[in-house]
Amino acid sequence: MDTPTPTAPVPHGANSLRTGPDARGKFGGFGGRFVAETLMPLILEVEQAYAAAKADPAFQPELDYYLKHYVGRPSPLWFAERLTKALGGAKVYFKRDELNHTGAHKINSCMGQILLARRMGKTRIIAETGAGQHGVATATVCALFGLPCTVYMGATDVARQAPNVFRMKLLGAEVKPVVSGAATLKDAMNEALRDWVANVTDTYYLIGTVAGPHPYPMMVRDFQSVIGEEAKQQLQEAEGRLPDVAVAAIGGGSNAMGLFHPFLDDPSVRLIGVEAAGHGLDTHQHAASLSRGRPGVLHGNRTYLLQDDDGQIEEAHSISAGLDYPGIGPEHSWLHEIGRVEYVAATDDEALDAFQLCTRTEGIIPALEPAHALAHVKKIAPTMGADDIILMNLCGRGDKDIFTVAEHLGVKL
Amino acid sequence: MSRIATRFAELRAQGRGALISFLEAWDPDPATSMEILRGMPAAGADLIEIGCPFTDPMADGPTIQLAGKRALKAGAKMVHTLAMVREFRRGDAATPIVLMGYLNPILAYGVERFCIDAAAAGVDGLIVVDLPSEEADLMLPLMTTHGLDMIRLVAPTTDERRLPKVLDGSSGFVYYVSITGITGTRTASAEDLADAIPKVRRATDLPIAIGFGVRSPAQAAAAVKAADAAVVASALIDTLAGTLDSDGRAGPETVRRVLDQVRALADGVRQARQAA
Ligand SMILES: Cc1ncc(COP(=O)(O)O)c(C=O)c1O
Repeated sequence: MDTPTPTAPVPHGANSLRTGPDARGKFGGFGGRFVAETLMPLILEVEQAYAAAKADPAFQPELDYYLKHYVGRPSPLWFAERLTKALGGAKVYFKRDELNHTGAHKINSCMGQILLARRMGKTRIIAETGAGQHGVATATVCALFGLPCTVYMGATDVARQAPNVFRMKLLGAEVKPVVSGAATLKDAMNEALRDWVANVTDTYYLIGTVAGPHPYPMMVRDFQSVIGEEAKQQLQEAEGRLPDVAVAAIGGGSNAMGLFHPFLDDPSVRLIGVEAAGHGLDTHQHAASLSRGRPGVLHGNRTYLLQDDDGQIEEAHSISAGLDYPGIGPEHSWLHEIGRVEYVAATDDEALDAFQLCTRTEGIIPALEPAHALAHVKKIAPTMGADDIILMNLCGRGDKDIFTVAEHLGVKL
Repeated sequence: MSRIATRFAELRAQGRGALISFLEAWDPDPATSMEILRGMPAAGADLIEIGCPFTDPMADGPTIQLAGKRALKAGAKMVHTLAMVREFRRGDAATPIVLMGYLNPILAYGVERFCIDAAAAGVDGLIVVDLPSEEADLMLPLMTTHGLDMIRLVAPTTDERRLPKVLDGSSGFVYYVSITGITGTRTASAEDLADAIPKVRRATDLPIAIGFGVRSPAQAAAAVKAADAAVVASALIDTLAGTLDSDGRAGPETVRRVLDQVRALADGVRQARQAA
């Protein structure tokens, strides 16, 4: 059944860029529901349940309650004054989603989805994770509501993200290392989908980014849009206007969609998504699906993918495990093709430099993911005027990354 | 009449069900896989399903995942799978061949060019696992134009309200995924099948094949009693995998062991008197 679903709480005009996806879950030619028939009824059920939740006046207040008292929203908007001086150009503001409970934006969507899963009467939660941030956030909300939780994580990532694995276990989750394929995030997602087909009645699949089959890209975007909505209002209070540029890092693209979506219909705001260039865009070791990929179908949606000529999916590389994904949310692919959002890339080294700059000038240790966004801010701020404003999503804190950073700086911990 | 329809009509006349045996193209190497394909009809396969290797086979269990991995390591590409079929057709004009795979390699090949080349190679039908009826318009018109059957998956989760939508535009046969789960993991009970198949039967005149979890001759016999065909995949690949050396290379027994198992399965199918 194709039930048309409204996508945002406010009405949009005919020319709005905020009305997608259509009833088939498409953003232009991207998105959709490319899953095996066994899963199809399940994702239709999620779609209907989500539409019903949105139509229920009790749902949003319930979510708001948890976002305020448990997650700690609204997150502050911070004028990064020393950083601004150091860069010598535009004023840089950080949207501080790293101050959320569990230390990243991931919990915004986990909270929304766990409430939905409860409404659906689901009694078991599964998730995929790369860096472990989404796994930790999922394990957290499962602990909060007393639901059993299984997190699939590539064996490679289990080895390089040991602290988060331990956190998930402390929170009561079962962490299943995935050895199939290349044993990283994309394989963890395959394995979670395989679990879901085998456990259709009781299980809810809590996807961590704006990927997967419809309605996930829309639903995760909606739950993450709280980032951009708050920031818009906070900047209005601080500066009385919109930012000139909004910048966010892109793995699957959820923190970026959350920041961008409320600004899509404000043409004066330049939106810039920063992909991971790894060792460089012209090497084979990067995670820049839009800059270097081609459209294809993976994990239930049509989008830009890193793939070879024969349509086999290629491995991504980034110093940041959270950006290490060969695809990107379908709405980004559409925004890329219509030119509303610019997509650029930052290398591992640039992210490491930005990581250190942020730490020293602002006393904030950022996650390596937003360090990619900052690397781009570092490039553009000096070219802009002192009255210009850059809004950057500081979507995660860097405690999880200190081991990786130490290793790259040649420090033994 | 298409090869698939012809074959099912012949079998109906003989009063028996069909064995559909599976192999992954180029697993573990082109020559072995070609020899298995060529040998299958004589061993008793009535139809053949060839898996197209993909890096991310989300509906498949470990057995078929590893088969795909071996094939990709051997350098398998979509053109090679089609070349196998072309080669097979030089000696066999009658046995229907169905390709089973995922959408992305087809998109990379180009949907139209793929349909043209597959039909020209002698492919009869396609099962595209991640192309549910909601997205089928991407391929259906081109498949129809080029005479390829679109074989649809129906699952235990497909309820009777949804069934007509899933069957709309399907041809060749209907593939009933007998378990909720991935390939090679569980097996449906006779009661499950007795409950499920009549519902599908009421919704279609097409032959119904049962797959996922059919491993032994007895299970294949049960499948053709409940429906019209049994698809056996993981059990054959497990046998193949058991003959490989530690580097994944085929041994002297590989082809024979797989074909012996096809023979045993075919015996099971032939001994089961199909309920009229
Ligand atoms: C802090 C942080 N930022 C960004 C990401 C990437 O995901 P997305 O692009 O969906 O925001 C992750 C994923 O683990 C993350 O932990």
